[in-house]
Amino acid sequence: MRFRTRMTSLVAAGAALLALTGCGAADMTKQASPYANAQGAKTVTLSVQSWVGAQANVGVAKYLLEHELGHRVDTVQIDEVPAWDALSQGRVDAILEDWGHPDEEKRYVEDKKTIANAGELGVTGHIGWYVPTYFAEQHPDVTDWKNLNKYADELRTAESGGKGQLLDGSPSYVTNDKALVENLDLDFQVVFAGSEAAQITQIRQFAKQKKPFLTYWYEPQWLFEKVPMTEVKLPAYEEGCDADPEKVACAYPHTPLQKYLNADFAKTGGKAAEFLRNFTWTTEDQNEVSLMIADQKMSPEEAAKKWVEGHESTWKAWLPK
Amino acid sequence: MATATAPVPHTGIAGLVRGLMRRPAVGKLLLLAVVAAVLVPVVHARWASGAWPDALTVDLSGPLGSASDWIIDNRDSHPLFLYFFGHISNAVTLSVRAVYLVLLAVGWAGVTAAAGLVAWRVAGVRLALGTAVAFLVCGLLGMWVPTMQTLALMVVAVVASVVLGALLGLAAGLSDRMYRALRPVLDTMQVLPAFAYLLPVVLVFGIGVPAAVLATVVYAAPPMARLTALGLRGADEGVMEAVDSLGATARQRLLTARLPLARKELLLGLNQTIMMALSMAVIASVIGAGGLGDRVYQALASVDVGAALAAGIPIVLLAVVLDRTTAAAGARLGASEPDHGALRGGRGWTAAAALTVVIALAGRFADRLEWPGAWTATIAEPVNNAVDWMTDHLYTGVPVVGGTADWAGHFTTWVLDPVRDGLQWLPWWSVLLIVAALAWLIGTWRTALTAVLAMAAIGVLGVWKPSLDTLSQVLAAVAVTLVLGVATGIAAARSARVDRMLRPVLDVFQTMPQFVYLIPVVALFGVGRAPAVAAAVVYALPAVVRITAQGLRQVDPGALESARSLGATSGQQLRQVQLPLARSALLLAVNQGVVLVLAVVIIGGLVGGGALGYDVVFGLAQGDLATGLVAGAAIVCLGLMLDRVTQPAERHAKKGA
Repeated sequence: MRFRTRMTSLVAAGAALLALTGCGAADMTKQASPYANAQGAKTVTLSVQSWVGAQANVGVAKYLLEHELGHRVDTVQIDEVPAWDALSQGRVDAILEDWGHPDEEKRYVEDKKTIANAGELGVTGHIGWYVPTYFAEQHPDVTDWKNLNKYADELRTAESGGKGQLLDGSPSYVTNDKALVENLDLDFQVVFAGSEAAQITQIRQFAKQKKPFLTYWYEPQWLFEKVPMTEVKLPAYEEGCDADPEKVACAYPHTPLQKYLNADFAKTGGKAAEFLRNFTWTTEDQNEVSLMIADQKMSPEEAAKKWVEGHESTWKAWLPK
Repeated sequence: MATATAPVPHTGIAGLVRGLMRRPAVGKLLLLAVVAAVLVPVVHARWASGAWPDALTVDLSGPLGSASDWIIDNRDSHPLFLYFFGHISNAVTLSVRAVYLVLLAVGWAGVTAAAGLVAWRVAGVRLALGTAVAFLVCGLLGMWVPTMQTLALMVVAVVASVVLGALLGLAAGLSDRMYRALRPVLDTMQVLPAFAYLLPVVLVFGIGVPAAVLATVVYAAPPMARLTALGLRGADEGVMEAVDSLGATARQRLLTARLPLARKELLLGLNQTIMMALSMAVIASVIGAGGLGDRVYQALASVDVGAALAAGIPIVLLAVVLDRTTAAAGARLGASEPDHGALRGGRGWTAAAALTVVIALAGRFADRLEWPGAWTATIAEPVNNAVDWMTDHLYTGVPVVGGTADWAGHFTTWVLDPVRDGLQWLPWWSVLLIVAALAWLIGTWRTALTAVLAMAAIGVLGVWKPSLDTLSQVLAAVAVTLVLGVATGIAAARSARVDRMLRPVLDVFQTMPQFVYLIPVVALFGVGRAPAVAAAVVYALPAVVRITAQGLRQVDPGALESARSLGATSGQQLRQVQLPLARSALLLAVNQGVVLVLAVVIIGGLVGGGALGYDVVFGLAQGDLATGLVAGAAIVCLGLMLDRVTQPAERHAKKGA
């Protein structure tokens, strides 16, 4: 008998759930996180990408939203492309650092109008190939791609087999490296570290032993402060030279990083949305916070607090009037 | 065995056939050789040897790409999404939110008290204390809110898995046809790496909690279904007959006899479902599950092992507490009801509920619902220092044995590379033949057929080379795991002290989210396939040690005694009595080892493992269905093939882990 009453209550619970959700259409593309707005707080959900610079943006924005504007902030770590998808569905409210995704921009900003541009972050991003400065000083000619093959032997690892190793990072990052190696006739093997964490760990291990390495890397990045690196010159970038991903044979562009908001949030987000639109800072500011997080192992919250205490004039300008 | 190996007395065909009947292994191999002799020349002439021929592959990138575009364009308008998936997604979100709000409203004191009291009712005072302490530690580590988020998600996912699993199990338990149809499906689902499930779910539901819950349900429901079916089918014939003779209706028979008799299996199912859901909770952070898993994942991004550990410990604690509590509840079923004096049965539950309410209200009125910020301890820094020290001193240049980086380099050059190149060098048909031969020798012709078909499917999908690369990593990791695991298992079986010392270590490593040790592994072994293999070994070792030790301990004491009385040394006893008698347990250990290793080698894509794991990570990161789904399918096939190849003829009901 006990079992039957339990069964009945289960069925009742199911029915109640169905009644709650309603029997009409349910658009799951307009659905917030279940953890949002708990206990009546106004919640903003920010997307954090996996690199530390993004954690710095989000850390400071979160701290100010919480302490100056009285919001509750949830953060979710999502890779770049899925983050666009999540943003368009309203699962997150904002992306604070985007490195340029033309396909997604066209689909969501221009066609579907579910995402709105929120201006520049103030930081310019650049991707390139880098060697450690200690190695570049001993062999100044390594900084030109034409001479890279000379050093392929020295840059060999167990993982790259008979060729030199070009260390690549997370699969979510924009990269043309496989095509570049092929099209520039380089005697190198692209080894994917699979995540930025793995790549950083490996670079620091190399640096500790002053071993040479060649890696895909990008600016702004706090690691430059710990392991000075010099960029290798690739054939100059020209507008459109990276149009066909198979035939790319030129360097990466300099990208002014952008912020994006969910279109609904941009309209109804009030002060939080305005604050996020106003949020701009410099590469130095971002690196300062990044370094505190990644190198001194402070939590993003502590790092943000420390930065906020020292830069009042910068962030005062972001607050909605 | 003596008769089987005796020389064949007769010559001629009749003698040969009789000989073959006695030695099925040779017969099977001969038959395969005949088939190969006929087919290989044909196949070779038609498609040439070497890697899988292009003519036999199907390119799915076009249709998959357009499918993904269609879903994204129609997700907010098509009726299928509005009236079906949308409701599922809404229901999940609402339920998780409801549970989360209740947990927050009850406050930390209330939740801790409730958990402790439930543990006290079902498992006794010691576990109750352990449970309460575990929850307090979660708060102490500054992880209270993420722990509650994970708990809310887990509650919904586990309830859904149990309901779904129990319904499937009920169907399979009562109908033979359903059982035959479901069993291979459920057996298979249990061996699939969690990573392979993520992408399809994300595509339909988008990043976020609904997708995470559904991926978890798909992963965690099968054990419940399997064990429910097993329990119902295993009901004692005598009891059933007695119930029949009393004139019970079919429903009464189910409710009063079959289900109560299957209580043990049902609880074991619940236990396994919870454990699998917890392990998925972390992996699902990749698709936006939030909570503890997300903290681990974020800590990983800043190479912060200490912070990852701070979020990993609550997961381990939750897992250990839930495992012990459900296991204790199961063990108690057989024993008589413990005597709590005045607090027996229903009254005890009432007291527990009342106490919880009082504590929750007290927390509410004292305005202490949120975990006090001052009561947190940071473990991140000391842990990071320890890890730094370890990597500084072990990475390279250690006298005599060399550093870990050197080992990793040698392992890659001398083991992984030759195995991979060897596998990729083998003509494709010979790989199929080897798979067939192994699977048939160990199992039945059915398992052999499944294994061969799964391997062929990998070729058809066009990912032959990366799959063999992944396979080479699996083989190398399994070899290392077995050597270490069996040796440790033997030590644990022979000495109770070693066993006691190992137990907590095994518990921790079995439940620790794999993400936590990915970074230390990179720091020690560099980027590449070696760290992926190392992580896989760490993950699979506990199960192998456990199964080996258990198998050895269960060897008939009589057989051991007689060996001892014949004057066998302890080494002889082990080699000639214990190991042969524990053969089935050892085979099970191999099977489990292979399945677990595959799961982590895939995750190794995050630390440079490359191959299929990288493709899955790439597919998830870029939203690229064509790459991710094909790699996911290949992983499924690889898992199926490996499981079938190592699956002994008679499968054991209970699986480890």
